[in-house]
Parts: sequence; structure tokens; C-alpha cells
Amino acid sequence: MAKIIVDGIEVDVPPDYTLLQAAEAAGAEVPRFCFHERLSIAGNCRMCLVEVKGGPPKPQASCAMNVRDLRPGPNGEPPVMFTKSPMVKKAREGVMEFLLINHPLDCPICDQGGECDLQDQAMAYGVDKNRFAENKRAVEDKYIGALVKTSMNRCIHCTRCVRFTTEVAGITEMGLIGRGEDAEITTYLEKALTSELQGNVIDLCPVGALTSKPYAFQARPWELVKTESIDVMDAVGSNIRVDVRGREVMRVLPRLNEAVNEEWISDKTRFIWDGLKTQRLDRPYLRVGGKLKPVSWSEAFAAIAAKVKAAGGEKIGAIGGDLAAVEDLYALKALVTALGSKNLDIRQDGAALEPAKGRAGYLFNPTIAGIEQADVILIVGANPRLEASVLNARIRKRWRAGGVKIGLVGEKVDLTYSYDHLGAGAQTLADVVAGNGTFGQALAGAKRPIVIVGQAALAGSDGAAVLGAAATIASAAGRDEGWNGLAVLHNAASRVGGLDIGFVPAAGGLDTAGMIKAAGQGALDVLFLLGADEIDTAALGQAFVVYIGTHGDAGAHRADVILPAAAYTEKSATYVNTEGRVQIANRATFPPGEAREDWAIFRALSDVVGKRLPFDSLAQLRKALYAEVPHLAAIDQVKAGAPADVAAIAASAPALGSATFGQAVADFYLTNPIARASAVMAECSALAAGRLAAAAE
Amino acid sequence: MLADKDRIFTNIYGAQDWGLQGALKRGSWDGTKTILTAGRDWIIDQMKASGLRGRGGAGFSTGLKWSFMPKNNDGRPHYLVVNADESEPGTCKDREILRHDPHHLVEGCLIAGFAMGAHAAYIYVRGEFIREREHLQAAIDQAYEAKLIGKNNVHGWDMDIYVAHGAGAYICGEETALLESLEGKKGQPRLKPPFPANVGLYGCPTTVNNVESIAVAPTILRRGPSWFSSIGRANNVGTKLFGISGHVNTPCIVEEAMGIPFKELIEKHGGGVRGGWDNLLAIIPGGASCPIVPAKDCEELIMDFDGCRAVKSSFGTAGVLVMDKSTDVIKAIARISSFFKHESCGQCTPCREGTGWMWRVLSRMARGEADKREIDMLLQVTTQIEGHTICALGDAAAWPVQGLIRHFRPLIEERIDLYSANPRPVEREMMEAAE
Repeated sequence: MAKIIVDGIEVDVPPDYTLLQAAEAAGAEVPRFCFHERLSIAGNCRMCLVEVKGGPPKPQASCAMNVRDLRPGPNGEPPVMFTKSPMVKKAREGVMEFLLINHPLDCPICDQGGECDLQDQAMAYGVDKNRFAENKRAVEDKYIGALVKTSMNRCIHCTRCVRFTTEVAGITEMGLIGRGEDAEITTYLEKALTSELQGNVIDLCPVGALTSKPYAFQARPWELVKTESIDVMDAVGSNIRVDVRGREVMRVLPRLNEAVNEEWISDKTRFIWDGLKTQRLDRPYLRVGGKLKPVSWSEAFAAIAAKVKAAGGEKIGAIGGDLAAVEDLYALKALVTALGSKNLDIRQDGAALEPAKGRAGYLFNPTIAGIEQADVILIVGANPRLEASVLNARIRKRWRAGGVKIGLVGEKVDLTYSYDHLGAGAQTLADVVAGNGTFGQALAGAKRPIVIVGQAALAGSDGAAVLGAAATIASAAGRDEGWNGLAVLHNAASRVGGLDIGFVPAAGGLDTAGMIKAAGQGALDVLFLLGADEIDTAALGQAFVVYIGTHGDAGAHRADVILPAAAYTEKSATYVNTEGRVQIANRATFPPGEAREDWAIFRALSDVVGKRLPFDSLAQLRKALYAEVPHLAAIDQVKAGAPADVAAIAASAPALGSATFGQAVADFYLTNPIARASAVMAECSALAAGRLAAAAE
Repeated sequence: MLADKDRIFTNIYGAQDWGLQGALKRGSWDGTKTILTAGRDWIIDQMKASGLRGRGGAGFSTGLKWSFMPKNNDGRPHYLVVNADESEPGTCKDREILRHDPHHLVEGCLIAGFAMGAHAAYIYVRGEFIREREHLQAAIDQAYEAKLIGKNNVHGWDMDIYVAHGAGAYICGEETALLESLEGKKGQPRLKPPFPANVGLYGCPTTVNNVESIAVAPTILRRGPSWFSSIGRANNVGTKLFGISGHVNTPCIVEEAMGIPFKELIEKHGGGVRGGWDNLLAIIPGGASCPIVPAKDCEELIMDFDGCRAVKSSFGTAGVLVMDKSTDVIKAIARISSFFKHESCGQCTPCREGTGWMWRVLSRMARGEADKREIDMLLQVTTQIEGHTICALGDAAAWPVQGLIRHFRPLIEERIDLYSANPRPVEREMMEAAE
């Protein structure tokens, strides 16, 4: 620890602290533009200048100088730093003036207005007069994709966007070209950025140079109601803030959570909101004479009740979709079980994950933050860049820190970091498990290995064997005490929660594939689809399909009854992310039209079919849920899986076959009904497809 | 005046063979092995004792700089980098060394590299120096062939010398920007600390020296520090290449003793000011970034670090720009401002925004198209740039403007008065051009 006196207050900080951090530790505020905790230090905005004693006799950039760089006084007094002295005040005013002379000052028409660092700091540290009598610089706006709008006149060249894209997102597509006054931030060829995390540059930009294109001129920050919530676009469970005006979701922003998403979110998470307004199911429908006809709730319920009574328990099934909340699944499970059915499944893709084998068998056990401690990472049949972009950024962060070996079994893809491509499928994995090859040896000798198993590998014919192989590696001898390296990477927000409450077929029940097959053969009469759109809906034969969901997607097109439900921004709902973290999404707005919260729909339906569920409110439902599955009550916590479960899976692993692993996510931008309803996502998807086509030529 | 026997650069005008044979005749590579045998510490002590101050402009003790290199190798290689990116307007001394006396530099690289434990030296040559680079490369090739440098050379210290060619950016003469450029990145100065002696080229301990500082080292070590320090006056010793340009009768590069009076330098080597001494208006003593010195201060001006500081200017690289009374000094400084605006790297705010501002205001002032209060505003803007930037380019851009206002404020005011008395509409100028 090193002592330093900041404005007369002595603080004791680690010597590798920057002066800026030391100032914060002493409670002194230091303005900054280019400095960002998660990016490398540029030191170019010069706004954080402070005065130091024991250093050079001119103002110093506090973001770039360490406490240990300062010399103590002649008698060993701690170094002294001033953040409010006349020299500092003058320096800040000078820098602020320079920043503003070529800034257009078009705040009234700037989307950053109201949440602009330059605006705020100009108020706090600037002077009120303008002495600049020349013409201002004009910079052409750049095209950098469908998501980020540029207004380059406003750019103050802090290079946060450049540093973010190269360091965190792992693309070297942005840069500063030109010199001096003529320096410009650009994507060089003015092509769309190819990162799935590019939206974060909007948050990083301290001025209005980079703003959200879909949100352009939509709202002012002070008219928005902010609700803290959880994202469901993937299984990472990114912490988000949903900004709403009236009943409309205007935008989605990230929230800080060091354990999950740090402060990044993927583009799908950020720009999905226009999908929440289109293709919405806002009233019940009933198929009459082959056509869907708007009906009342009671008519819809009556039709379902008639079919359910005719079918009897065994001929009823339910499939949970990727966006379903734990409460919704719990209510549906209760209803279907009460009707006497064992046919339930949350695994739309048929992944070989069995809750009966213990929770450790389907969690990302090392946790997302734990990636930073890994020494060897093996990725099996997953493309984390598309399946969990934010988690992929964490792997890249680990890779950048150095000293980690990364291997991939599966399709060769660009993950934004280098890795050893070991092979395409199960046979390679068998080799690695046996400790063959340099990577196999490295993995065998690793202290803290992580084996990331993707759904593409788990859903294939070798699914159980792949999980067994991963468990074998994870539970091998010589691992660090308490380290569980089995990391199942989910890509559906509902999956872990559904497995936690046992939304899988009971003994003798049918799984997803079984239900689809039975429906096709006429052995299943009634099928409940809770937002399940990723199955082959054309194969459901003559079954009476009840679709409970939010969007007119594949499931709704096949449905015989549509029950409109609430999307994730419209209900208070529990989601469990891939590492098993229980998080609650809050209601930011209300469902459209006659749509209702899913659990309430099942509760009402249960009454009509004569199997009244034992809860009348969400609170009562949760009480029952927590009694059954206690760890769901521990919000924001991860209940670790038992290592013994992993060892048991390893012990009973079937032999690996010869399957090759494909891709679980074909199109990053179109993975769920909300995304498929979004025009912005469609545009991104087309851009990405164009890139693929161009690359193939 | 410097005696011929005391000259280090005996072929600065290229009258003789610049190659190895000629250099050997002139005494280069003589007893280099003996110098190296004396050891690292001895060399650094000798360099310190000689009182040589860096010839790149800042005037930092060369021996002291070499001693900052870590004594014990921590596994990282050490590097010597020679800054031959001589781009300062008015400075052209290194160019003569490169094309007419390159073996001084090559030998200096070997000795300096040995003194700092470096087995590799990079010479970063200015982009516009094509012939100079060719001569330097040829000299290096000759030295390799004669086994004077390279692996297993006759001196017993492996030394590889690489020539890197810049792309013509002034900022790459700043030592850390030079390192960035050498690494293949955009030439933008780094934040200091850490200094290059700890984290330099490719993250390894590095010393960056000017061409002249390295080139004089072999002769100093051969002839002894006391010889070198006996020339000039205390704290400003040795010989120095002066570049004399501008309104003199015979512009030239000349090796002279430090501390030579300015008048003597101009009269003896520059052939006198054009139109006589009384026609002198002002000088810039050390390259474009140094503040201007008016004629009245030139009378007694002593050309060395302390002498120039006494007249609130700076010795810089000793590239003297002489301006006679035909010069429009405001326009001249505006042109210098334009240079710095053009060469600012654009990384940090005060320099990026401020250099353009200063240039625009000065261009108006050169026409008289300004307010008198803008003179003080301009002065304030220079102080807002100076000392607030990552590298010294901000300071370099501010100083000439400060010098101008300090010495020629009445002239600026007069110009403004003249203009406001008879403002010339822009239209008329355009009409004339059209005729």
C-alpha cells in the first residue's frame, strides 16, 4: 500500500492505483472522457489533469499515472496531489474550451442530450463564453452499420469506441485515421461492423457521435421510465434496464453486474425492442373452418376444455419455449400434471440433459466470472460468439490476459480469439479425453480447466456421450480443490429454470421428439406450446395445438387456439441463467390488448377444465414454487451443483460415436419469436448474410 | 573558432570518400576494440565526464541517459534506437552525417549498444531522406562485410544494425512515437511514465538518441572526455554542427565550438546577414519550435543551451533561421503554426484543437484582420496548450507564437490598425484575381 495526500486528505491505496483511482478513494471527483475502467488507458482527452508534487512541474493526466510513479517528499512525506487547485481549474477549463471549439453544440437536436458526458462536464468545469471566432470543423458522417448512427462532427476523439471494438469485441474494424485536426474515427471502408457487441459503443461514446440508429429521435432520457430487468435473448441472463415511455419500450440498456455481463450486452439484447411492438398476439384466436378467428377468452377456454376432456391425460402434452419464465413453466407443469399427463419437455432441441442426474449436470458450473481463472478451455460443439456473445467476450478477456490454451471441437468459426481447432466431432473428443495430442495433454494436466459443451453437441445422436466425456475431463484427478470444470452452455433463457423445476417427461412420458412423433401419428390429441416455435410445427398432424405466446410465429401459425401472453418486459418473472443464477425480470410495461401473464392464463384455464391450481396470485405461486424448489428463492445467487453428480455422469458415460457437431445458432439475429418480429434484427441478419455470401465468393 | 584538428566530422561536405575506406583514413574504427575492452561502466563514465548533452534539442546528458538502462538483464533484450527522423524546419545536420560521414554513426551504434547491453540498433530515418538512407545502408553493409559489426565481429560484441525508413511524419521524431512507428503502428506518442528505458521498443528497455549524439561518441572516447569538455564553456561543451539558413549570404552546415557568439557564427560561416548586420530582423536559433529572438538580442547572443535560454529561447538543434528586414515575421510564424497544425498527430485534445486555432488566428493577424484583444487571447491559448499535452509537440507549437507576441506585439497591433483603417473587402481581391 502507498500513502498519498489528495486535497489534504491522506489515503492509503495500492501503489498500482492510478491517481484517478486514488482521487476517487479520497472522495475527489475527477472529470474524464477517454478513461474507462474496462478499456486500456489512452490518456488523450486531457480532462483528468491534476497537479502533483513530487512529479513533473506541469499538470499530469491522472488516468495514466500510477501512485508509485510519484516521489515522496524530502523527509519521506507521502506525495501530494491536488484536484481543485487553480492550476487544475485552469487546465480543465482550457481542455474543455478546446473540446468545445469544434463541437457543433447541437444539443437540442442531439440524442445524447440529457445523458451526455460533455454536456454535464461542460456545465461543471467549463466557462460560459466562447472565444473561438473561426469556422468549426465539419466531418462527414460514416456508415458503420444498421445499429449505430454516427454524427462525426460531435466526435471528441476519445477513442473509446476504437479501444472497445479492438479489445473487448475483438474486431479491428474501427480506427482513427488522419492526423491533427483532420483525424477521424471511421471503419476505414465504411462497412458495417461485424461484431455482435457493437451496440456497446453507443453507451461508451461520451458525446453524441455514436448513437442508437433505431432509437434516433424517439425519446428524451428524462421522459423515460426506467425498470431494471433481465434479458432473455440468450441464457447469459444479462442485466438490463428497460426504458419505457407510456406503454412503449423505447430502448434497452445494460446494467452493471460483474458476475454476469460486466457492463456489456449483445446487439440482440439491445435492439430487440422494436420486435416487442410488431406481430404481437393481442387477443385469443380459435381456428374455425381452417381459419383463425378472434374470440373471447371464455370461448377459447371452452374450446380447449372440450378437447382436453375428450383426450384424457395420456394424450395431452406440453412443450416449453425458449423465453418462458420459471413461473409460467411451473403453472403449466402443474396444469398438465393435474390433467394426468406425463408428457412435458423444456428441451425443444432434444439436448441430452437430465435433471434427475443432478443440477451440476446441466449448469455452467465454473460460472461466467470463473472463466477468468481458467487455464485450459475446451469448447465442444458450441459457438459462444453467437450463442452467448457477452460470455464470449469474457473468454476473450481471459485469452487477452494470456496463459490460457483454448481448443475447439466442432465447426471452425471465428470466435474473436485464436484457438486450436482440434477436429469436427465426437471422435476428436474421444481423442482429447484420452489425453492424446498436445491439447489433450495440456487438458489432462490442467488445474482449472473448463469444458464448454454446446447444445449442438448435446442435441445430436452422441449427446449423452458428449456430456459424459465432458464430465470425465472435468472430474479427472489433479484439478484444483472446489473447481468444477463442466460448463454446459445453454442458449435458451428458459432452459435451466425449466430443468430446475423438472419440466421434463416423468417416467413413461414423452419428450419433445416423442410428442411430435405421437402427434404426427395421432397418438397425442392436445399439445400445449408455451412459446415453443423452434420445433417442426408442420409435423404435428391432427393434434389440437394450444399456443400460449407473444408473437405470431411458427407456433401460432399452426395453433388451433392462440392464447396471447406477456413478453419478458411485461411481467415479473424468474429466469435462471446458464450458470444457475436465479434472477428476476421486472415488469416495465403491460401486455398489449387482451394479452395476460402466462401463469394467470394457466390458472384461469385450470378453473375451466375443472382442475383449479392452488394459487391465486403470483406471490402464492412463488411460495409454492419456493417450497418445491428452494434454491429459486435465492435471487441473484448461484447454488453450486454437486461435483459428485459430475463424477456420476462421467462414470456412466456411454461410448462416443462418430457424430460431427453442427451449429446451434444458424442466424444470431433471428433466434426467437421476438427477434424474428424485429425489423432491425432482420436488417442485421441480411447484412450478416451478405457478408457470408461475399466471403464465399 | 574551432581548430581543424578538433573537428569530429571531417567529411561533412562530402569532399572525400564517405565509404569505409575513406572513413578508416579519417580515423573511424580506430581502436574501437580497446574502447569496448575498457568495459561498459568505463564508457558511460567517460561519456558523463565529457559533458555531452543530447544533440536532438532537449539537451539531456547523453552519458546519464545511457546509464538509465538496466544494468542487469531481466531476460528482455535491450535496444538502441537512433532518431534520424530529422524533420524540424531549419534543421539539416543529421542529413549531412548520414550521407557524408555515416561510419561515425555506425561505429557509435556499436559502442553505444555495448554500453547499454544492446545487441540490436534501429536507425529510424526520415521518410524524405532517400539518398541518405542509401548511404547509411551502404555504410552498414560495408561494416558488416568488414566484420566490424554483426554476429561474431572483430570487436567481440554482437551488434546488428537495422535501418527503418519513416513515412514523413514529423511526430515520429518524438521518441515514443518513433517507437510506435518502428513497431508498425501509427506514430502517436506514448504516455510517460513508463519511460523507454524501462518499457520501450516492443516493451523492452530502449534508449533513443539523436544521430549526432551517437556519432560523436566514438571520437569523444578516442580523444578523451577532457578534450571534448575543454571546448566551449561550462555545462555547454564540445563541438556542434550548426545549420545556418535563411537570409544569409552563404547558408551552410558547419561544425563549430559550443558557445560561439552568434555574430561570429554568421559572419564567419554564413557570409553575413543579407544586406549587412543592420538588416537583421530576428532569428530562430534552433529549429522552428524555438521562440524567435529579435535582432537586439542577437548582438550578444552566445550560441549554446544556456546562452539561448538567457534570451528566453532555446538552443534546440542549432538550426539557425536568419530573417532580415524583408521578412513578414507574422506571416512567417503563421507558416510555422501551419506546419505544427499539419503535423499534430491528433491524439490529445489541446494540441489537436489548439494548433489549428492558433494557425487560423495568426493567419488573420498576418493580414491584420483581427482584434487587438485577440492577441492576449492567442497568448492565453498558447498557455492552454503548453504543458497540457502527451508529448512536446504542443509545447513546440506554442513557443514560436509566444515568442512572436513577446517581441513583435507592436507590429501586430500596427498591422491591425492598418487593416481596420482601410479594410480590404474580400471581393476586390477576387476581382483582381479574375482579371
